[in-house]
Amino acid sequence: MTTLDFFHDETFRDDFTYWNSPEAIRRFPFPFNEDKYMYSVNLEPHVAFKPGSVFEKSFDVDEHYVSEMRDRALVLQEDPLRCQSLPHMNMAGWDLLELIMTKKAAEYPQWFELHQDGDRWRWVNRPLDIDHTFTFLDNTTLPYGPMEYIMRQTQGDYAILDQRDNNLWMDAGMITTQADWSLDFDLGMNFMEWHGPVPLAHEMGIFDRALKFLLNVRQGQPARRLNWTMTVNPRLDTSPERYAKWGTDRMDVNADNVGQLMHLRVELQSFWRLPRSNALVFPIRCYLISLQDLATIPKWGRRFHRVIRDLPDELADYKGLTITRPYVIEYMSQFDDGAPTSPGIFADDE
Amino acid sequence: MITKSADKTPKIEVEVTHIQQVSDIIKRFTFTPVDGAPLPVFGGGAHIVVEMSDGDIIRRNPYSLVSKPGTTDNYQISVRRDDVGRGGSLYMHNTLKVGDHLLVSHPVNLFHIDRRARKHLLIAGGIGITPFLAMMAELEDEVANFELHLSARTDGAFLDELRGLYGSKGSFYRDDHNEVIPLNDLLTGQPLGTHLYVCGPNGMLEWVLRTAEDAGWPSQNVHYERFLAPATGLPYEVNLATSGITVRVGGHQSMLEAIEAAGVDAPYLCRGGACGQCETRVVSYDGELLHNDHFLTEEEHASGTKIMPCVSRFQGRELVLER
Repeated sequence: MTTLDFFHDETFRDDFTYWNSPEAIRRFPFPFNEDKYMYSVNLEPHVAFKPGSVFEKSFDVDEHYVSEMRDRALVLQEDPLRCQSLPHMNMAGWDLLELIMTKKAAEYPQWFELHQDGDRWRWVNRPLDIDHTFTFLDNTTLPYGPMEYIMRQTQGDYAILDQRDNNLWMDAGMITTQADWSLDFDLGMNFMEWHGPVPLAHEMGIFDRALKFLLNVRQGQPARRLNWTMTVNPRLDTSPERYAKWGTDRMDVNADNVGQLMHLRVELQSFWRLPRSNALVFPIRCYLISLQDLATIPKWGRRFHRVIRDLPDELADYKGLTITRPYVIEYMSQFDDGAPTSPGIFADDE
Repeated sequence: MITKSADKTPKIEVEVTHIQQVSDIIKRFTFTPVDGAPLPVFGGGAHIVVEMSDGDIIRRNPYSLVSKPGTTDNYQISVRRDDVGRGGSLYMHNTLKVGDHLLVSHPVNLFHIDRRARKHLLIAGGIGITPFLAMMAELEDEVANFELHLSARTDGAFLDELRGLYGSKGSFYRDDHNEVIPLNDLLTGQPLGTHLYVCGPNGMLEWVLRTAEDAGWPSQNVHYERFLAPATGLPYEVNLATSGITVRVGGHQSMLEAIEAAGVDAPYLCRGGACGQCETRVVSYDGELLHNDHFLTEEEHASGTKIMPCVSRFQGRELVLER
């Protein structure tokens, strides 16, 4: 897939023309490795794994790339506070720009090129029709700050966490595809503060263990995990700031349309130590799939039914299933014949 | 000759391409990647762990990177010869030659610049200058406000180089001239928003940290790097419960090194008792835990339930660790 025809022309709002190709469905990061779900510190090294999967590249670029970047630009136009960087995080922004440019140029040479001549860098991004020469570490040579510049060309939300006083601080980020949390609200908070609203997990000691792990993430040894929630419509921008625009969507769900409207929203989260700033960057890459597309993979249809049916109530609320859960269970039950499922997250027959 | 070990962290094979005698007891080593690929970028204050195959012993010592941050075709470290230490610096000084190959870790930074600072006050004693060399190059590039106060035994090549590079931003104090850093004046006369960074011998570090605390400095504005060389002592045995083996720790070996030498993969970052990564649970012991780290609290030391095997030792009949 080297041509630019690979990229869809689609929307994540209003008429919602977003769609997944059969290839995108097969490579969807289904997050359940067994027929039930509970929190866990499900971290693993972020190393290349399974060709064609979303785990193959450092920063996955898929068929939704160009349209996602258009949606991000629309969000920023309406609400510039979705992208913020405290003054001391400028170097971390350059770190991130360097990391993404070098990885993408090496892993997707058909789409991206980086030519470095000392501090003079030329960056070519073919899908977005960008060919730009700038001076590394000189903000005046970019149209935006370094983080915003590269984030307008990168799928997924990115939080950049400053590390100090044995804690992580959310001091910069580009957050336009979030599952109902706000950068503007969390900016400047530490790890325990911004995770305050999560139910059950504090009592389980999940965050103490996770913070300890994250403080020790090393350069050259990134880690990853999957997280999930549910969203009505393939809407990327489900932010508290725009709750008035999407909060009532769930009222539209009924027994007839649940398969088209309800989407499983999976976040591929990874964790990278940045070299110059020593900050930790936390990409949160969002993948959306409708229940009817999900059910085309028999193993996922069976398992998803069982997971949602048996989910504790507190988690169902937190995962965006208030009101809609009975429809989801009823709809998914038609794909669950009671047969056993194989271990692991991947589709069978491969 | 590169010896394989149990340590699973990614390593980079480098060649020693230059050795410079900086002073009578300090040498600067330049390492170049064997595969020619760019080395990972590092920031000021970062260190690498250098793995040395010294006879049948594998030594892993942390050294601050002293080259200019952003340099990716070589790494430089400076090593002070310690004639009474465990032998790592003697190996670097006396055995290592240009053309030899070594394994080094990716950079780890436990002493990075805090870019919230409006001014950076750097205080170094002797070889404690090493992390500041890269930091100052970075601060200079960023046009940041900083000043260095370095106390050293005597004059030497290092001081000449620093005077040339940083001029009036550097103040130098020679022990052999009985010059002392005017610490009280320095720490009480700084503008708001100043951050303090300290690296040097233990006594000096304690002096600076105590004086800063007495002068009312908020701990968030005080940064220090304290790499302890692992202490030497009497040999002893450790029982590793999870692995089901018993390991003998030599007098000039650390517990961590002995565990690694037995083929057991154990986590670490600083190898100097500061970062907490190698913390290990003590299952039981009959004897005395000789804690040397600065990570565990006094209560944790007294509890007898945790130990940092990178620097701490044991004396007694039996020690059982969960490893």
